[in-house]
Amino acid sequence: MIGTVTPASKMAEGVPAVVSSRFGVPDGHTLAGYTSSGSYKGYEALRQVLEMSPAQVGSVVKDATVLGRGGAGFPAGVKWGFCPPGVWPRYIVVNGDESEPGTYKDRLLMERDPHQLIEGCLIAAYAIGAAQVFLYARGEMPHAHERLAAALNEAYAAGLIGKNILGTDFSVDIVLHWGAGAYIVGEETALIESLEGNRGMPRLKPPFFPAAKGLYMAPTIVNNVETLANLPWLFNHGVEQYRSVGTEASPGTRLIALSGHVNNPGIFEIPQGTTTFRDLFESEIYGNGIRTGHELKMFIPGGASAPWFFPEQIDLPLEGRLIGGQGSMLGSGAVVVMDETTDAVRAALRLVRFFARESCGKCTPCREGTTWEEKILQRILDGHGRPSDIDLLLDVADNISPGPYPVAADPGNDLEAIPFPPRQTTICPLGPSSVAPITSAIRRFRHEFEAKIVQRDLISVSSEPFTDLPEQSSLAHGAVGHV
Amino acid sequence: MSRFSPANLRLAQEIIRRYPVAKSATIPLCHLAQEQDGYLADDSMAQIAELVGCSSAEVLGTASFYEMFKMHSVGKFCLGVCTNISCQLLGGEELLEHAEQTLGIRPGGTTADGLFTLEDVECIAACTEAPAVQVNYRYFHRLTPQDLDQLIEELRSGALDGVVPAHGTLGKVRQDLGEDRIANITPPEDQTEPVWLRRHRELAEAAAAADAGTPSAVGNDS
Ligand SMILES: Cc1cc2nc3c(=O)[nH]c(=O)nc-3n(C[C@H](O)[C@H](O)[C@H](O)COP(=O)(O)O)c2cc1C
Ligand code: SF4
Ligand code: FES
Repeated sequence: MIGTVTPASKMAEGVPAVVSSRFGVPDGHTLAGYTSSGSYKGYEALRQVLEMSPAQVGSVVKDATVLGRGGAGFPAGVKWGFCPPGVWPRYIVVNGDESEPGTYKDRLLMERDPHQLIEGCLIAAYAIGAAQVFLYARGEMPHAHERLAAALNEAYAAGLIGKNILGTDFSVDIVLHWGAGAYIVGEETALIESLEGNRGMPRLKPPFFPAAKGLYMAPTIVNNVETLANLPWLFNHGVEQYRSVGTEASPGTRLIALSGHVNNPGIFEIPQGTTTFRDLFESEIYGNGIRTGHELKMFIPGGASAPWFFPEQIDLPLEGRLIGGQGSMLGSGAVVVMDETTDAVRAALRLVRFFARESCGKCTPCREGTTWEEKILQRILDGHGRPSDIDLLLDVADNISPGPYPVAADPGNDLEAIPFPPRQTTICPLGPSSVAPITSAIRRFRHEFEAKIVQRDLISVSSEPFTDLPEQSSLAHGAVGHV
Repeated sequence: MSRFSPANLRLAQEIIRRYPVAKSATIPLCHLAQEQDGYLADDSMAQIAELVGCSSAEVLGTASFYEMFKMHSVGKFCLGVCTNISCQLLGGEELLEHAEQTLGIRPGGTTADGLFTLEDVECIAACTEAPAVQVNYRYFHRLTPQDLDQLIEELRSGALDGVVPAHGTLGKVRQDLGEDRIANITPPEDQTEPVWLRRHRELAEAAAAADAGTPSAVGNDS
């Protein structure tokens, strides 16, 4: 059938496939496939874990330093320890809402290896003493729902979930839940609101840190799909082997979605911290070079929310802390490559439009600010920009995220990196994320903005009132009727 | 009168029972209603409100926040063209324009024959397969404008009916979590420690007490 390519996934030599070993196995999503293929035998880890104490299980995860794969990179074992002692019930919410532009890995993990995720959930539930696990998958992924539902049904029938798992006193349910289309629901407190049946609007932290006051105000651990999918391999191979891949601070592997202007876009499982962006773009097993005949202009190292990097940063390894120190983030493992044909204003506008559309509307700087940012960028792109627009854009951005905004080092201009994360006047980081493309583009490609603004003078458009501009922006969620 | 069919009403009640708090079932039930009718009708929202124990305004408040819920009928096929960054870089915006021309509608519009609704969508997590398109949330990857025309033709002729179900249908497999299967639904007010945790805590406490040469502390409240 037209347009149904399966994504590539190849491993560098000597790198174990921790989470992607069944991506290419036709029946890897079934119970039979899970227990007979891949880089470990399915549900063996669960058997082992049930013979350990929950505290021991927690220590293994802590010692291995399983960093969160959802964006913030917080170690899972440490997070689990934040549940206040003696407070029950506790819940686990699995974050499968993957919608950060450029990110494509959790969907594959859910579609291709659902049992791996289920086993990961069970290990986490055993360790923290969860009363129930809610697996929140993004609404627009019905195929993932089908695979997860089928896998859950099989696992229940085999006594691997539910009452007295494998004949022990460990009992827990995993409830498959799904969203209905809203990027902001990926934010953990918004995810919880949504799971409670409400509009997905983030809560203030503090006091609403999920580990203390989460779902139904009970202690709740929110973990990303990929984070939990790491656990079965870890318990099969042990802490030492897990830590032998990657670096001291960032052990293990990461799934990276490499998209945009490379010859071979795809999902790659790479060792954390040792692979550089150059390896990723140029190696034959990964990107196989920038589009033939073109050259790198800029790239996004960690999803739409991340400030941009430029050719000078290409030798940085993909490691959270290093990238943070250099003014951006590894985020959700989404690397977007843009070559010299890319119009910086147009790319920035598209990213900003996303944040304007997805703003939940709870706080004013984000709700109003992202809409303004979009309008101003749109008129610049349309040739209606005013000379003051660049300053106006930066001013609006500064109201959402008071500067200096994180930026990459620019050796030619003697500019040092300003480290990530940014400051914010908002409840959650979505608003500040809209600032990333604006400051990245203006700082580096100011001349492209100016050229478009000058163009306006050439076509001598008289100064039009702001409100007469073509209405491009869709307001925050719910503020406009559904189409 | 029940807007849900008797079978769907039973399913709705089963879904509600999976959650410690009924209101958590709101979004899944809105999906169920949309699956039944192709869109989310007012009286569905009123019935869902009754089922989960809130006002119908609250259900509307929740449902209207989410992109996927349509408050009036849409085309048999919702065609979403991704124009976000990875797709934009490889022609997503041009593909959307092409779709507008082929179908003769703008994003948000529905063709006169009621077959297609066009949407300009945000990233659908297929970025390495850009430009990507979903039809009723089923994926089509790396489409040229010609591929898109062919896709539209095949949808129109019914050739893809087995692959792309009618709008509103979500997963064709459902989780089977009837009352006989559920291990435990723990509402927030039920504050008992899970048994396996208690067992291990008591074991650890007994071991610690034995180490200290004192009688077991288990059961001592002091
Ligand atoms: C606007 C926004 C969107 C987010 N979207 C996601 C998402 O789609 N998936 C995800 O796992 N985490 C997402 N996160 C991060 C979560 O808030 C949370 O940190 C994460 O799920 C924790 O899991 P981890 O510790 O296993 O990484 C998002 C955060 C923000 C601020
Ligand atoms: S920053 Fe934006 S998305 Fe986040 S809570 Fe505020 S309005 Fe909502
Ligand atoms: S940007 Fe189009 S699918 Fe992600």
